[in-house]
Amino acid sequence: MKDIITVNNLTKYFKAYGKADTAAVNNVSFTLHEGETLALVGESGSGKSTIARLLTGLIKATDGNIRIYDKDICKMKRNKALELYGQIQMVFQNPAESFNPRKTLGYGIGEPLRNRGYNSAAIANKVAELLEMCGLPAELAFKYPHQVSGGQCQRAAIARALAVEPKILICDEATSSLDVTVQKQIIELLDKLRKSKNLSIIFICHNLALVQQFCNRVVVLYDGQIVEQGTPDEIINNPQAEYTKLLVDSIL
Amino acid sequence: MSEEILKFDSVEISFEEGPVVHDVSFSLHSGEILALVGESGSGKSTLIKSAMGLLNDNGLVTRGDIYYKATNLLELPEKEMRKIRGAEIGMIFQDAKSSLCPIRTIGSQIVESMNAHQKIPKAVAKEKALDLFAKIGFRDGEKLWKSYPFELSGGMNQRVGIAISMLMNPSILLADEPTSALDVAVQKQVIEEMLNLRELFGTAIIIVTHDISVAAAMADTVLVLKDGNMMEYGQANRVINNPEDEYTKHLMEAVPRLKRA
Repeated sequence: MKDIITVNNLTKYFKAYGKADTAAVNNVSFTLHEGETLALVGESGSGKSTIARLLTGLIKATDGNIRIYDKDICKMKRNKALELYGQIQMVFQNPAESFNPRKTLGYGIGEPLRNRGYNSAAIANKVAELLEMCGLPAELAFKYPHQVSGGQCQRAAIARALAVEPKILICDEATSSLDVTVQKQIIELLDKLRKSKNLSIIFICHNLALVQQFCNRVVVLYDGQIVEQGTPDEIINNPQAEYTKLLVDSIL
Repeated sequence: MSEEILKFDSVEISFEEGPVVHDVSFSLHSGEILALVGESGSGKSTLIKSAMGLLNDNGLVTRGDIYYKATNLLELPEKEMRKIRGAEIGMIFQDAKSSLCPIRTIGSQIVESMNAHQKIPKAVAKEKALDLFAKIGFRDGEKLWKSYPFELSGGMNQRVGIAISMLMNPSILLADEPTSALDVAVQKQVIEEMLNLRELFGTAIIIVTHDISVAAAMADTVLVLKDGNMMEYGQANRVINNPEDEYTKHLMEAVPRLKRA
């Protein structure tokens, strides 16, 4: 299997006045293979979301490198890197807040296309196609985020992420704020899309049971460091690190 | 079984746009843990707020009765209700940190909440509190007494919140999603603490949760709600592992369960 993302010794310090720097991500290395779903698990403050933000270029790494398709994005010029970032899209925890409340969902889904200079007819076509792909009715394009349910909104967020036909999808707690029945639908949708579009997914999550159902490999983070990685079954049935043991024991 | 202390008798609750909870009946016995489960908007929180008389201005119990022991809570004037609220029926919320005052120490908030029901000197309040802290296994209660909420972790804040409600020794504790904002390891601690309190004081607990595994870990009985309707009510074991209702089945199937070898 091909490696799509290779992360080497990635480190991110946050500076705070009058305090020692905090290492939110500390010397982390892992790879994402093509077509797989990789889970990042860990408690709050373990650095899961910081890694997602580093991978998508929302913040800059202090040290280490991230290679996407063998290109080191940490050393690349900003405008060069932007092209590459089209390959990697994100879905966030709170779907309603990730859309502009004053614009329709159709406008929001079409926004990445507008930024890339598509004309309005092409955008409308693409939006309709994306909605259908994510199992949403066409008239949803004319609704506002507050008019639809959380599950529908999250589907729309997935549609938006797929608008630029990325190869990598990063889901940051994308199902954590949803009810279990809706969560199941979203997971099934993601899995279907992964297969049909050959996506590779990084799935940030704190629910090990969900990870076991849905992910190929797991990286366990604690305090900014990787304490363990392996397949979900290995991690759950035979945890090695102290923290992983605690995590598995805590599951009810 | 033991004494029945809270009874909902075909309760209907309406907001301006019409009824949101329809015909819900259940009873709670002393020392029993009841879990109200359901998805967002199913009326879980509305139900327990109605028992506390905390529905906001446009919400009203439009049919049925809520009895606490022999008292009909709905007929009580606010002045009488205030004696029950907190002292007889305690409540804890999802976000513990924001239910505490951010600029005052835990200690001063404990003194305030105890004085709302009975005039007692600060030293006595402190002694009682430290006594309870010790009983439920807080290390260094003295330090905790002087701490501010922001100095404590989310889990510790929630445990303090529980301790404060337990200081009045209520016979019922209403818990609205008390573990939903916590990490799993911390969640387990908080659950164990609530179970421990039931052992120590025989408190009955109603826990509102969307997390079926929390219900499975704690509850004796489970009530499943959907769109304000009671879908299923019975022994926790039976409802969770052997649901009869279609919706409950659907709900239980959607819950990801950990498979251990």
